[in-house]
Amino acid sequence: MTHTITLTPDQLEAFGAEMDAIRQRIVADLGEEDAAYIRKVVKCQRGFEAAGRALFYLPVLGWAPAVACLSISKILDNMEIGHNVMHGQYDWMGDPGLNSRMFDWDTMAPAENWKHGHNYMHHTFTNIVGKDRDVGYGILRMDEDQEWRPYYLGNPLYAFLLMMLFEWGVAVHDLEFDELVAGRRTWAENREIGARIWKKVKKQTFKDYVLFPALTGPLFPLTFAGNVVANLVRNVWTFNIIFCGHFPAGVATFSVEQCEEESRGQWYYRQLLGSANITGSKLFHVMSGNLSHQIEHHLFPDIPARRYPEVAQEVRAICEKYDLQYNTGPLRKQLGSVFAKIVRLSLPTRRPKDTSVPVPETGAVVAA
Amino acid sequence: MSLAGTLLRSRAVAALTSPHGVDRYLELVNPMWAAREVRARIVDVTMEVELPSAPPVATLTFQPTSTWAGHKPGQYVQLSVDLPGGRRLTRCFTLSSAGSRPGERFTITLRANPDGEVSRYLADRARVGEIVHLSQAAGDFVLPDRVPDHVLFITGGSGITPAMSMLRSLLLRTHRGRVTFLHYAQSPDHQIFRRELDQIRTAGYGVDLHLVYPEQGGRNFSAMELERLVPGFRDVDTWLCGPAGLVEAVLPAYGVSTGSTTGTGSTTGTGSTTGTGSTTGTGSTTGSKLRVEYFKPPAASGVAGGRLSFERSATAADNTGASILEQAEAAGLTPKFGCRMGICFSCAVTKSEGTVRNVLTGETSSRPDEEIRICVSTPEGDCSVDL
Repeated sequence: MTHTITLTPDQLEAFGAEMDAIRQRIVADLGEEDAAYIRKVVKCQRGFEAAGRALFYLPVLGWAPAVACLSISKILDNMEIGHNVMHGQYDWMGDPGLNSRMFDWDTMAPAENWKHGHNYMHHTFTNIVGKDRDVGYGILRMDEDQEWRPYYLGNPLYAFLLMMLFEWGVAVHDLEFDELVAGRRTWAENREIGARIWKKVKKQTFKDYVLFPALTGPLFPLTFAGNVVANLVRNVWTFNIIFCGHFPAGVATFSVEQCEEESRGQWYYRQLLGSANITGSKLFHVMSGNLSHQIEHHLFPDIPARRYPEVAQEVRAICEKYDLQYNTGPLRKQLGSVFAKIVRLSLPTRRPKDTSVPVPETGAVVAA
Repeated sequence: MSLAGTLLRSRAVAALTSPHGVDRYLELVNPMWAAREVRARIVDVTMEVELPSAPPVATLTFQPTSTWAGHKPGQYVQLSVDLPGGRRLTRCFTLSSAGSRPGERFTITLRANPDGEVSRYLADRARVGEIVHLSQAAGDFVLPDRVPDHVLFITGGSGITPAMSMLRSLLLRTHRGRVTFLHYAQSPDHQIFRRELDQIRTAGYGVDLHLVYPEQGGRNFSAMELERLVPGFRDVDTWLCGPAGLVEAVLPAYGVSTGSTTGTGSTTGTGSTTGTGSTTGTGSTTGSKLRVEYFKPPAASGVAGGRLSFERSATAADNTGASILEQAEAAGLTPKFGCRMGICFSCAVTKSEGTVRNVLTGETSSRPDEEIRICVSTPEGDCSVDL
């Protein structure tokens, strides 16, 4: 439901200036430790990957550890490395291997397509219903302001399928099938995007489902199954982390009109109230690519993610100062709230009879 | 090429290591293992010039990975180094050793440019054992396969490095023709390769060596002075390399007007480097007998006025007349770049509309959707680039 902005333009400007100050301080402080950190994560990921591929040669006993290693490798590759590198968080290092323009990740979605759909569309128009394609991904009903249709009765089923096939979903997301069906997009616009997807899918499929299984000779079926499971584990994990980023109860959405001629301060405000965090251990944060700090990530998408925990304390203090909601909670709470929403929104939303009731003037959006 | 190399560059290995590529794995095991990329280990650092009053000059010896394809004397290489603070910077440097074969060691001689982070780091702080990242050697400021009977080098300051590489190669090859070497340096103390040049002079290689020091009354290389030192110099195959002051003083002696170095005959668009020191320069070949390499950055002296639009970033700025690269950086963008002197094409982007001036040649171009090197292009009025 569309959120009503609680700060005055002057307050928004001051709020934005405080956010800018945090950003500038971190950018000026970037250095060797950040470089060493990401290189260490890359080294770990490549280690898990090599171990995973190798353990498939150990019949029976090696299978489960192999799947575990490969799953960890893919999760690290996609989350803490891929997602963050492709945001340009490490471009300042000048290392071609960690450069947003060069990097590609171990998933079906080609980097080039994803960067447009994610870095530009989603991060610029975050939670503007009708503009941010990540509100329901063109498949799900995740906000009351998306008009209900009988199609949405399948909301929980679509969500489940999307979870299992997440890497495929991310890959075809940029084809914008829903827009195509609605006639707002042409096939011609999709040609280049589709060609990139096809090329990447061929490479990924050949590697995981033909080449590596074939290299293990008679163990082909086991290796094949192991690779399927590893990709599945990664799909389920990333889906759950990402769905906790914008869909838990209390996360605000905005209308297109509200965001016309939006100031920098209001942009920060929208990012803050349009995102939600997950609490957890240090390891949990690494495995989630620090998207457990979705709020900080949306405020500062191009700052190395390892900085989000330290930034979070300051952001929280600023939220208290301006009496703004800081949406956070443990994984089970956030997930529970997301799945409740998926189920609830599969049915039509009952509107209050008296539409003249004013929207409550609180920072937190009241979940319907 | 070795069997391992062939295997590592195979399509099968590429498919197995997709999407990252085999080098992203090899470098983690051993930085000196590579399938395609070129890296090198510093194996020696020798100071050439150490004066309290002048920036130091150092020669670094590198052991490259087996992927190094070798170099022709006179060529340059793009060298990237991880500086303290986690940032990797790339600059171009001339190779100073005689030509190398694949996988062979080579040297780079450089002056620690006071404004140059990379050259300063390499001369002052780099230690034996450190790894640097390299391009393959490139550049057309080289000796031809058939060396002419008489070769003339005219160099100034750190512009001596490519000529030194060529001279060393000629000596190794026991070149039978004549070699005349004219070099202009501030003083004997500032002389790079001083001891080696002394040896060459006295060892009877037949190299006609003239080291000119203004402090000792040495004269500039005017047409008259050149005629005195090398009679009929205009008909001698000449390699001219040095700071803009030297190059611009010598060009008229060869009947070439300064500022139009694209010239006639065997022109080459990208032939040059920098080397020591300023790590900038632009090259081009003028006429059939004279080959030129600048060592000084071409000042981007464009005309201010109009708007420069960065389309992809959806920003714009008033055109200050500086290079598009500098203006983009001033606007907070971080375009990709390499040599910053119009050699390497790392910074090439599409200019969708507007007129740009190439600061190397002075030529302007208004074609839509053309690829330009933003480090050596200044906008003329309104201009839009894909940045």
